[in-house]
Amino acid sequence: MKRYELIEHTADLGLKAYGKNLSEAFANAAFGMFSVIAELDAVKEVESRRVEIEEDDAESLLFEWLNSLLYYFDVETLIFKRFDILEFGEGKLRADCRGEKYDPARHRLKTGVKSATYHMLEVDKEKNRVQVIFDV
Amino acid sequence: MPKWSGKLEKVDDYRWRIPKSYKPGMRVDGLIYADEKMLQQIIDDQAPEQVANVAFLPGIVGCSMAMPDIHWGYGFAIGGVAAMRLSDGVISPGGVGFDINCGVRIMRTNLVKEEIAPKIKTLIDAMYYAVPSGLGSKGPIKLRSGEIDEVLVKGSRWAVEKGYGRKEDLETTEENGEMKGTDPAKVSGRAKERGVPQLGTLGSGNHFLEVGVIDEIYDEKIAGAMGIERVGQVMLYVHCGSRGLGHQVADDYIKVMMQSMPKYGIEVPDRQLACVPVKSPEGQNYLAAMRCAANYAWANRQCITQWVREAFCRVMGMSEGDAGLELIYDVTHNIAKIEDHKINGKTEKLCVHRKGATRAFPAGHPDIPKQYAEAGQPILIPGDMGRMSYILAGTEKAMQETFGSTCHGAGRMKSRSAMKRHLSGRDVLAELEAKGIQIRAGSLPGLAEEAPEAYKDVGDVVRVAHGAGISKKVARTRPIAVVKG
Repeated sequence: MKRYELIEHTADLGLKAYGKNLSEAFANAAFGMFSVIAELDAVKEVESRRVEIEEDDAESLLFEWLNSLLYYFDVETLIFKRFDILEFGEGKLRADCRGEKYDPARHRLKTGVKSATYHMLEVDKEKNRVQVIFDV
Repeated sequence: MPKWSGKLEKVDDYRWRIPKSYKPGMRVDGLIYADEKMLQQIIDDQAPEQVANVAFLPGIVGCSMAMPDIHWGYGFAIGGVAAMRLSDGVISPGGVGFDINCGVRIMRTNLVKEEIAPKIKTLIDAMYYAVPSGLGSKGPIKLRSGEIDEVLVKGSRWAVEKGYGRKEDLETTEENGEMKGTDPAKVSGRAKERGVPQLGTLGSGNHFLEVGVIDEIYDEKIAGAMGIERVGQVMLYVHCGSRGLGHQVADDYIKVMMQSMPKYGIEVPDRQLACVPVKSPEGQNYLAAMRCAANYAWANRQCITQWVREAFCRVMGMSEGDAGLELIYDVTHNIAKIEDHKINGKTEKLCVHRKGATRAFPAGHPDIPKQYAEAGQPILIPGDMGRMSYILAGTEKAMQETFGSTCHGAGRMKSRSAMKRHLSGRDVLAELEAKGIQIRAGSLPGLAEEAPEAYKDVGDVVRVAHGAGISKKVARTRPIAVVKG
């Protein structure tokens, strides 16, 4: 099954992510976002960060999940490629995110993502599908 | 994405109205500045729907407006202008955007193209190395613990006091590069953590440094007031914003607004339009934090300005005094401001959102620098890498019609992924070099995303803004070398 696909948007860029369950769709959305930012093949799984989020609803959870990962990229230049979701429930997400700090000698960065947005943001709990537009 | 097929009425050659009868819930009409040619591009996507959606927001006065560079954004369209009453109006972080105080500045020089042409490659290399750019770059500025708060309060003045630039730069920066009414305590720790390592960096995407030359002068008198004297004169541009700090402030407060909207009984047609009353504690907190982010962006551009000056003087082997390098002006194009405007003959304080739009205050306005008192406020409209950029001046008409606002750039036409499918970064590089434009870029795919074909012709955008009278053409520049973030 396809993990994610990109959506055309005039000024920005979005993606749809899929999964066997919603938590996998969230993980695939994160993977898709980092695939936009960098070539992930050369990124090793040597660093890990525990991310914990609590929000009122599934949409805010997705927004905050993706933006929290961007925070790590900005502050520590961490490029994540693997997302093990440890806990996923109503308004709660706990995950171990693995990847590597950006090394200009080995990694190729592609497109900067400023933020996930709420515009056209969708969490489809029936189809285990999420959609998000980024400000890039 | 389907074409937009909503209701649109022609007002005149440059104005199109979306009547408030189009959708129940619109409080005012929508108004799009465009001519027939541009309109066809505009209705190609859903940007007009976004203009209609903004008309839903409480306290909106006049019209929900879109400048001619309008394109589909998130929540607000890019190119959107909306003014709200302070008494019952709202403020929306989506009406400012994630890159708070993304903006552009231009410096004049005493040199003409022929004098720098032999050294252009060395010059653009020197600028590229002097200013950290691209994704994942860190700035060379080391802040003391807690010093970030000073940056957030003082903006450009912080930078000048640290030796980055000249006192006069502050006079020719919108808001003097230092918005009042800040409160660093309203900026989250996360936002500050993102901001500290990135101060003094250009960023990526559409951010750039450019060496341009004056290609044509339309109004010699106004141009003269700006120190633009002749065709061929070299100008330097800096375009960037508030980096991760601004993005985090926007994230933080969109969430606050979403949680607070039910309390104020506000409903919006797109969650990205989340808003609260301007006067509410949440609204005031956002304004204080947004101004901090705006000041960060001005400090950022101010530091970069100094590095560009030093690189220029080093390569040209001249002193700053001989080179000129005066800052003509610095404008922000993602901001919300409390301003005085006339509504039905009465002066009222309004909260003006400019999302991808530029302030365009006329001659004689108290908020513009003394040297432009007769000329009007300089407005800088960067084009794209291969095409012209324009310098305009503010007008009385803008004051009457658009809350003193005009366009901000070329406006995107094609999506980034569409560009990358059709073009490689290398193609773009070759095409621009064939046109005599030197390019330095951190990322080749990034270059393809920003190819000239992705944008509307900035000449069309400016023609409409000038034709509608909401700004006045002064001069245009042609790029000869560009550093792409």
